[in-house]
Amino acid sequence: MSRPLLELDNVSRSFGGLRVNSEVSFSLREGDRVALIGPNGAGKTTLVNVITGDLSQSEGQITFDGQDVTRLSIPARVRAGLVRTFQITRLFTGLTVAENVALAVMQRQGLTWRMFAGATFTPAVREEWGRILDLLGIGTLAARPVSELAYGQQRLLDLAIGLALNPKVLILDEPAAGVPHDEAPKILEAIDRLPGEIAVLMIEHDMDLVFKFARRVLVLANGRLIFEGDAGEVTRDENVRRAYLGSYADGRRRA
Amino acid sequence: MNAALSIGLDAVSYGMVLFTISIGLSIMMGLMRVVNLAHGAFAMIGGYFASYALKQLGLGYPVAILVAVLGTIAISLPLELLLYRRIYRGASELTQLLLTIGVTFVIIGLANYIFGPTSKPIPLPASLSGPFDLGFRMMPTHRLFVVACGLTTALALWLLIDRTNFGVRLRAAVDNGDMAEALGIRTQVIYSLTFAIAVGLGALGGVVGAKLLPIEPFYALRYMVTFLVVVSVGGAGSILGALSASLLLGLADSAGKYLAPEFGEFFFYLAVILIVFLFPNGLLGRAQ
Amino acid sequence: MTTVPTSVTVSPGLPALVRQVALPIVVIGLLGGAGYLLFPDDLAFLTRLISITLLVLSLDLVVGYCGIATLGHAALYGVSAYVAGNVCLAGHADPLLLLAVGAFAGAVVGLLSGVIVSRFRGLPQLVLSIAIGQLVGALSNKLSSLTGGSDGLAGISPGRIFGVFGFDLFGRTGYVFSLAVLAVVFVVLARLAASPFGLICRGIRDDNLRARMIGAAVYPRLIAMYGISGAVAGIGGALTAINTGVVGLDSVSFERSAEALVMLVLGGAGSLWGALFGAIIFQLFEHLVSAANPFHWMTLVGLLLIAIVLFAPSGLGPAVTSAWRRARGGGA
Repeated sequence: MSRPLLELDNVSRSFGGLRVNSEVSFSLREGDRVALIGPNGAGKTTLVNVITGDLSQSEGQITFDGQDVTRLSIPARVRAGLVRTFQITRLFTGLTVAENVALAVMQRQGLTWRMFAGATFTPAVREEWGRILDLLGIGTLAARPVSELAYGQQRLLDLAIGLALNPKVLILDEPAAGVPHDEAPKILEAIDRLPGEIAVLMIEHDMDLVFKFARRVLVLANGRLIFEGDAGEVTRDENVRRAYLGSYADGRRRA
Repeated sequence: MNAALSIGLDAVSYGMVLFTISIGLSIMMGLMRVVNLAHGAFAMIGGYFASYALKQLGLGYPVAILVAVLGTIAISLPLELLLYRRIYRGASELTQLLLTIGVTFVIIGLANYIFGPTSKPIPLPASLSGPFDLGFRMMPTHRLFVVACGLTTALALWLLIDRTNFGVRLRAAVDNGDMAEALGIRTQVIYSLTFAIAVGLGALGGVVGAKLLPIEPFYALRYMVTFLVVVSVGGAGSILGALSASLLLGLADSAGKYLAPEFGEFFFYLAVILIVFLFPNGLLGRAQ
Repeated sequence: MTTVPTSVTVSPGLPALVRQVALPIVVIGLLGGAGYLLFPDDLAFLTRLISITLLVLSLDLVVGYCGIATLGHAALYGVSAYVAGNVCLAGHADPLLLLAVGAFAGAVVGLLSGVIVSRFRGLPQLVLSIAIGQLVGALSNKLSSLTGGSDGLAGISPGRIFGVFGFDLFGRTGYVFSLAVLAVVFVVLARLAASPFGLICRGIRDDNLRARMIGAAVYPRLIAMYGISGAVAGIGGALTAINTGVVGLDSVSFERSAEALVMLVLGGAGSLWGALFGAIIFQLFEHLVSAANPFHWMTLVGLLLIAIVLFAPSGLGPAVTSAWRRARGGGA
């Protein structure tokens, strides 16, 4: 049984009187491929923000690689190996593709305090970002400024940056969202080629992607975890059907 | 005791002038997220209009104020159309800084060209000059007038924002501009009206405060820092915040001038640094 | 396996040694020579121009490379000028020592400013930067025993450089000295800009949150850059004290800070060459036009700022280079 990398224990998050996440508990182990799904407004993004440190939890404990991360800042959590990509792509827009990835590589290696190195890329750094860009199929774009990239390519770059940080746990926030249909397969391939040892948690709405990718599925509804199990069982579970159809029925009733 | 009273009265009247001028800046910052470094220039233009109306045209004081406010708004509208619209809610801080400083420089240069470098007095009508008997003490009538103006402005703004349809739309546009647009609120109209109100109030403050802040070409930059500090300390968009900050800063300035004049503004700016560092969103502001 | 390019800067081709060392030295040398030919009787103006250029370069480090909007940078420059002046008046007149002292004083003020100014963004940042400038100005006025108050510090006479080259009345030694200092500083900064530290700062400027999301602690790096910026401004300040022999309150004024920002933006923030050319071009025009009428000059500068924001927001440097590229490429 592989060791747990990320453990959530009764994590809750409230905004004023509104409880957005309630007593969420689960754990991720090495090699996990887990999808986090749920109807809109279920609190998925808030949960991810709490895990990564963008928000603090109101209750509960988060343990990463055996360490309680409650007090750790965002940069510290990233350095420990907890990495995420964004639903709306965030990149260093004034830099080139290679510079974006190289920054992540150098930051991971602790090189970004070097002030008088003269050349940004040592051969080792250059080799590493080249390898990562190739892995994601965007090696030919290395010298292009980010502003010239198509949206799908930007998502791949976001993924490349995440990989360059040598994560232990990688959280992908709707990686295929907004990507035009012809570019979506590239993202799928890239996710397929992610290293086996890392645990990947993916938030997604696209059920095709979920079934192709996930071995385990977590379902969040109204802030609570209502299902945790195999991808095959999720559509048969009563709670899940009620949560999804219920919200759909509510929508129908109101219309 | 007498000294304390003097300082207090000075502080309140200075604070009220600051408030009247700065509240417009605060609202612009809160709604359109624009740091308008040209705001002092608009206050100055109001002063010049009033001076011209009173001395060259021989108009009465109330009419001069009206001329100042309307005239300044008229001048500012093309600037709003051509320049300010490009920097609402989205341009980088540096861009806003540069554009508004540019406008300020041009206005200073033109003011000097048209009116010369000396300060232009704004003579008070007889009813407002001279002392007023408060019972326990005499006070310059003008100071009381300034305080009355400030309080009236605060009340009027509060009613406008809290009690009118315009105010509702304004608050909606502040909270969530996109949503407001989707609901049919024409945010550009709101922005333009707010801009006009802000500029008009600045002009009003420039006129009534001319005894304390003399009208000359460098007025535009000289007091701009103080206005920025009022907005920063009070919190952008907060009437009560701007009021408290103005009075607080008025007090700090008057006390400083009385107690430690050789240090100039050292203690004032030290206080500013401490307050802004501890309360970056202002004493009463909301987090952006 | 894709062939990975060895250089991914937008203008590949020149090896680092040429770009960072040889090119600056050659260009600055040529500019210096041109200056000497054009203004042989006004070397004092040129040496002052160089000091201010150093201030603009230092401002570029925090504005262009870190994305911090500040209107109080003159404090770093002026304080160093006062410190260097005082050290010289106290009897230690070695020009290189004075430069080192200026750099140190500038770095200290820079670090302190960095702690305060880079803590926040937006309005608080602007107000804090202005407040620091005003605070230093008020303090300079008050501590007249150290600064000479509104009269300023005078009688600063530097010793011989390396014990050999004395500062002559025509300013020739001062001019060559200043050019050399500018060249050395530029080479060092070029290296800094190309380093991993320079790259992470540019990343921070682009997206503060993203930088944290790759594990970089932002605040300490901004403070460090502010310290380096302070050292550069300090060298400029010391240079002005050495060359002109006087230091006045104008060296810590808001006008000095604002002027430096205008020069930087003119040439293009975020590029050392932009800062250099912006500073030189602006000061040349100022020298020629402002003597006529300072208020007209102010109007012109205002119009220039508006024009830059509207038509060339990245500064004249990038605007010129992209126009040049378009003309050469012919639509490619």
